[in-house]
Amino acid sequence: MSKSTHEIEVEICNPEGLHMRPAMQFVDLANSFHSDISVSHQDIRADAKSIMQMTMLAATCGTRLKITAVGPDAGQAIQALRGLVENKFIDDSETAVGEKEGSV
Amino acid sequence: MEIKKGIAVSPGIAIAKPMLIDSKDYRIPRRSILPSNRAREIQRLRKAFATAISELEEIGSSQDIQRNNIQDIFAVHMRFLRDRSFRKRITDFISKELVTAEYAVSAILREIASHFAGIDDPYISERAADIYDIEKRLLVFLLGKRQEEVDHLREEVVILAGDLTPTQTAGFNKSFVKGFATEKGGRTSHTAIVARSLGIPAVVALGDMSSEVPPECVVIVDGYRGVVVIDPDEDTLSQYDQYSRQMTQFTSKLNELREFPADTRDGFHIQLMGNIEFPDEAQMVVEKGGEGIGLYRTEFLYLYGGQEPTEEDHYEAYAEAIRAVQGKPVVIRTMDLGADKLPHAGWHTNESNPVLGLRSIRYCLQSLPLFKTQLRAILRASVLGDVRVMFPLITNLQELRQARMILRDVMEDLDEYAVPYNSELPVGIMIETPSSALTAGLLANESAFFSIGTNDLIQYTLAVDRANEHVSTLFSGAEPAVLRLLRSVIQDAHKAGIGLSVCGEMASDPEFIMLLLGMGVRVLSLAPPLIPEVKKIIRSVTVEECNQLSRKVATMDSHRQIKNYLRDATTRILPETL
Repeated sequence: MSKSTHEIEVEICNPEGLHMRPAMQFVDLANSFHSDISVSHQDIRADAKSIMQMTMLAATCGTRLKITAVGPDAGQAIQALRGLVENKFIDDSETAVGEKEGSV
Repeated sequence: MEIKKGIAVSPGIAIAKPMLIDSKDYRIPRRSILPSNRAREIQRLRKAFATAISELEEIGSSQDIQRNNIQDIFAVHMRFLRDRSFRKRITDFISKELVTAEYAVSAILREIASHFAGIDDPYISERAADIYDIEKRLLVFLLGKRQEEVDHLREEVVILAGDLTPTQTAGFNKSFVKGFATEKGGRTSHTAIVARSLGIPAVVALGDMSSEVPPECVVIVDGYRGVVVIDPDEDTLSQYDQYSRQMTQFTSKLNELREFPADTRDGFHIQLMGNIEFPDEAQMVVEKGGEGIGLYRTEFLYLYGGQEPTEEDHYEAYAEAIRAVQGKPVVIRTMDLGADKLPHAGWHTNESNPVLGLRSIRYCLQSLPLFKTQLRAILRASVLGDVRVMFPLITNLQELRQARMILRDVMEDLDEYAVPYNSELPVGIMIETPSSALTAGLLANESAFFSIGTNDLIQYTLAVDRANEHVSTLFSGAEPAVLRLLRSVIQDAHKAGIGLSVCGEMASDPEFIMLLLGMGVRVLSLAPPLIPEVKKIIRSVTVEECNQLSRKVATMDSHRQIKNYLRDATTRILPETL
């Protein structure tokens, strides 16, 4: 599989920001891909697969984050993470899947 | 080499390797390690993570958690514990800074927590609490392992700690602990009491000792002058070796007094008894020439072993001490702990003022099964020798009557099963609150004896926490208020014709012996290693001169004046002791 780089900018728009549960979902989702994924906010860069680094980004509501993925499944990773953020981390899995399909 | 000054609370010199003990309730001090121990510390950290993860898995799978929001919190903790970059940050810190795993955990997690706490968003700043939770979870394991190391010592050490809790000292292998040095504490803190009863040197209130105790160094604890030397140079070490030998000679001279009675020069006999905490100390009371056990603290039974002591646990401990003193009196004090200190009481309410809270006899009167278990064991042991029972922290007659009623209940239970006990078991009380001191005349009608616990009496009378280094200088037995209470209790006991002893620290303080004798005290109970020194004072004075001294002190109006006067008088009699 070829390595590719994908990058995207998203805005955190759920009121709690990257609070416990959202951060957890984000990290869990990132960990389901093979690609290296990083998230940066201003000049701070975090490993999307590390809950410590992600929570330390302190991404509150309205924060803009740049997500960069490098690896075989970089494209899918970016799409999935964007879906999660744009759907405000709605965790009811059935709704989340439905909306994700709609947005892609 | 680093020299620290503190308060000497138990005499002697100890020179040994340090053993550092920390507590999760305090900041973990920075402790250095040798480069060769890097791998070992990282291994300890790995085990701590593995244990924390399996604990969380267990909690997370329980039914009540599953339906609850708490599940989310545990899930976050779990992800932190499994986060490689998080763990790497801690292991890197250990390797680079050469520190213990517990310090690295504490330092890194606190750094992360303060990062969160500093963010101006309530959702995020709240996460600091989660980080502290994770820190605690890891530290419980790491510090627990250290405690196990102390419990299973194989070489001689001196213990260096922030402060020591009764639970920590209860587990120590005492034959290898040669001395104590703690950052906090005062003359009457738990560390001090344990050290004196074990006869090993201790210095407390040393302030911050965390700064660099080099690994593999030697530490000197000077319990005469209140000095601790960390990593001494050759000269200091040899000076201390010599000093230690001199003091040992002086002590052995005192021990020669063992065969002589504690009689004053004008022929009054003073009964010297021992305070003990553990049953094996009863032997030391005999060796030091004590005439029995005036205070057998039974708290260790509740603090050791991890579960509530059974009747047999109590009975065996009492029987051992009673047999050791061969017919001499043994005064057993019932449980004197606060509810907050009982590890298995399931007590989770935070008392804002535990010293004035549910503790000691109050707790016993509310926890009858626990109280009755102890009383049954004391009654059964009462046929083995001259046993007496004593209730602590009595504040009024009502409490004493209640406690006696429960004792009678237990006696009736034993009658039913035809278990033998001494039905004439003498029942006494501790006088350690101003209220009991002021109503001693009433209490004396229903008590066989009083034992004055000066530590608590001073604390409650002067409203001073003796372990708080900011106010500990206000804690003084020479305060006129304290001495007035003492005088009136002694008079009330004499009037009623009941037994009276002093079992607090004052009874072993050379400066107070003459005063106590002058006020009419004839029985003292003190830490066994200090018996010979007090005996020497008694054998050097007359009751007549003590009476004069006491009358003179009664006219003085400040503790400083009284203290100086007592010190001068003692120095004239026994210059070596001060």
